[in-house]
Amino acid sequence: MVMRKWRSSLSNLYHSRKLSDLIARKVMLVATIFSGLIVFGMAFALFYKAWPILSTHPMEKLLLSSSWRPTRGEFGLYPFIMGTLWVTILAMTLAAPLCLLTSVYLAEYAPRRIRGIIKPLIDLLAGIPSVVYGAWGVLLVVPLLRDYVAPLVGATTTGYSVMAGSIVLAIMVFPIIISVSEEVIKAVPQEIREASFALGATKWQTVKHVVLRSSFPGIIAGIILGFSRAFGETIAVLMVVGNVSKAPSSLFDPAYPLTALIANNYGEMLSVPLYDSALMLAALILLLVVLFFNVIARIVLSKIKRRFAIG
Amino acid sequence: MSEVFKPLVVIQNLNVSYEGRHVLKDVTVNIPEKQITAIIGPSGCGKTTLLKSLNRLIDLADGVKFSGKVLVNDVNILDSRIDVTEIRKRMGLISQTPNPLPMSIYDNIAYGPRIHGTKGKEELNQIVKECLQAAGLWDEVKNRLGEPASKLSIGQQQRLCLARALAVQPEVLLCDEPTSALDPISAEHIERQLVTLKRDYTIVFVTHILRQAKRIADYVIFLYLGELVEHGKAVTFFTKPRDSRTRAYIEGKSITT
Amino acid sequence: MDRRKLEEKFFMGLMIASTFIVVGSLFAVFAVVIWKGAPALNLSMITQTPKGGYYLGKEGGILNAIIGSLYLAGEATALAFLLSLPIALYLNEYAGKSRLASFIRLSLDVSAGVPSVVYGAVGFTFMLYLRMRVSLFWGIITVTLLILPIMARAMDEVVAMVPFKLREASYAVGATRLETVLKVISRQALPGILTAVLLAFGRGIGDAASVLFTVGYTDRIPASLFDPAATLPLAVFFQLGTAIPEVQQRAYASAAILLILTLSFSVASRLLTRKFSKFVVR
Repeated sequence: MVMRKWRSSLSNLYHSRKLSDLIARKVMLVATIFSGLIVFGMAFALFYKAWPILSTHPMEKLLLSSSWRPTRGEFGLYPFIMGTLWVTILAMTLAAPLCLLTSVYLAEYAPRRIRGIIKPLIDLLAGIPSVVYGAWGVLLVVPLLRDYVAPLVGATTTGYSVMAGSIVLAIMVFPIIISVSEEVIKAVPQEIREASFALGATKWQTVKHVVLRSSFPGIIAGIILGFSRAFGETIAVLMVVGNVSKAPSSLFDPAYPLTALIANNYGEMLSVPLYDSALMLAALILLLVVLFFNVIARIVLSKIKRRFAIG
Repeated sequence: MSEVFKPLVVIQNLNVSYEGRHVLKDVTVNIPEKQITAIIGPSGCGKTTLLKSLNRLIDLADGVKFSGKVLVNDVNILDSRIDVTEIRKRMGLISQTPNPLPMSIYDNIAYGPRIHGTKGKEELNQIVKECLQAAGLWDEVKNRLGEPASKLSIGQQQRLCLARALAVQPEVLLCDEPTSALDPISAEHIERQLVTLKRDYTIVFVTHILRQAKRIADYVIFLYLGELVEHGKAVTFFTKPRDSRTRAYIEGKSITT
Repeated sequence: MDRRKLEEKFFMGLMIASTFIVVGSLFAVFAVVIWKGAPALNLSMITQTPKGGYYLGKEGGILNAIIGSLYLAGEATALAFLLSLPIALYLNEYAGKSRLASFIRLSLDVSAGVPSVVYGAVGFTFMLYLRMRVSLFWGIITVTLLILPIMARAMDEVVAMVPFKLREASYAVGATRLETVLKVISRQALPGILTAVLLAFGRGIGDAASVLFTVGYTDRIPASLFDPAATLPLAVFFQLGTAIPEVQQRAYASAAILLILTLSFSVASRLLTRKFSKFVVR
């Protein structure tokens, strides 16, 4: 603090340079504050557009009714909420164990060279556009489910199903869960590991009882971030999930997530009264849910970073 | 105190190098049983490496190579066929900075016995109480065993680490500068506990505080630049050092070879 | 003690299997898309726009989408860069560890997690409010907002890593904060900044949901900012949706092109970071 005051009083000696410094600072401040308010602006805009339907339809009907008939003024979002939940939760069930095991392997067991090759490869997964994932799902996952997996369990399906969506989503969230988890695991101080070894624990016992216990909140935060990503994914899931507006009752049933609802119907939304409001409400729900989970996960992660930086 | 020191650990031609850097050069010395042995010497001369060789914790470092023999009851613990987790059970370690595990006080002590198979609640309670008593910490924490260990003061944490090391019933206690992170009162606490414990345990500690070695050591090993310069009973070591380097170090002067 | 070793071996097996599955899925996606798309990949795909009857299986290519995407992502990245750099510099040099900085960082991280379909919906809303039509312009605005948080945070982390000694050295010779920022810190952080830009560009070119509502689709190359434009992701999507096998084939080829394009950017950004780091002080 003192240093900064000293510095700024020194720069008083250079008037012209100080002026440009001041202007630049104000400009940067504006840009920064603007960026911080983007999220709020979006929430406000969506709320404003969703207000017509929020004020005329009771909340329970909007969220719990299965009847989606826009031309008759019925906007029950239940099937779509269910669709999103089914696909996302199943995707996380598939992804979380795989990611946890992979992160532990990369952070604790893998030789440096292998880690150096595998980590960038996983990060590449994050750079693949969602539409390519969708196309891949149509090419591989859907036929696989239709022709091989479903007959195995005695079900019939077109292949466009909750299962297909979940598999594609799970792969899409691998990078974020693994990168966060791996970082948190690596951050556990070496002294604690040494203490465990000095007592005669094996590597696995040390990992299981000490390292994972320590990094648990961070891993959960990573999983939450992955959940949030899967929750909001649009085009990849839209291409493989079937888009039938009925809540799914089995893994091989098609589903219609909220994101797909918005994407598929933006063209018609102006022709039917309140349709646009309903879709904006769906977008608002997406935004609020994602916001909630992201804020929690980020706060947990920043607390962890602070704890290990000091301790 | 008998005049004849019976050796418990016999170190023969121990050589350790990290990534090509030769840290311990051909060290041959014995550690006497149920005495307090101090390993002294200037910083970076291999004291901690020698200590960590005794419980094979050097295995954890990158690019480490070692040769020679370390015999405990005629078993060479450096042999690659040996199960290191068993060795570490017999050699308790207390590190320089206290490193409580991220658990409650009770679980910290119980951790060692649990991973080696002890499950009974009665048995664990007994072990926790005895070890905390031996470490001189029981009275201060007996009513809050469930609290996180991180809440203890640093002196208490170090005593906790001592209790934790005792919980696996080692024969030898290895201490890596156990008081250098502590205030004088806590340091004195630890020193007092070590003197009491030598009745039942063989204690080896590394220190760069000569006065501490003079206070509590029975046997002294002096390392300089990875080489064993001199060793002997503390009494004769400090009053009649044989090597000129030893003399210079004890007197606080710089060592010229 | 055998039980311990057994447990460890069991979990090691699981861990290695998981890693294989994760890395394997990357290869699976890459291999399948390229393999299926390769047959339809020919020069006319990337040099021609769709001619009449393209969607019925006749000639043409997806040049409209390639150019459209490049315009869109290029301009959005440039705009986002103009905003991100000041933000990153301000957060590190002027705001430091203040509450404002923590809040902004949290807000940016959260914004980065907002689904692109929400950005699209908001962009669409404003577009209607201003009574404008789908165009490249609205796509650029939407995609800029989409990639801004990602780019700004990535740059923020890079600038934060500039060692204090460098700042000290600059101030010690009497430089103002602005001069230090522009001349010393930016240069040190240059490779990281470039990586952030390439990262954001890759994101911008591959996103579909944000451009679905705001850019429209057309067979022509956009002539002005206010024309609608075709984008690669939508090209894949729409071609896949037809019933004609030849067109579906072309969809896979388009997907392959998009995949190769975005992966090249990822790889390039990594290699460039290493190359530019020559001038960076350690």
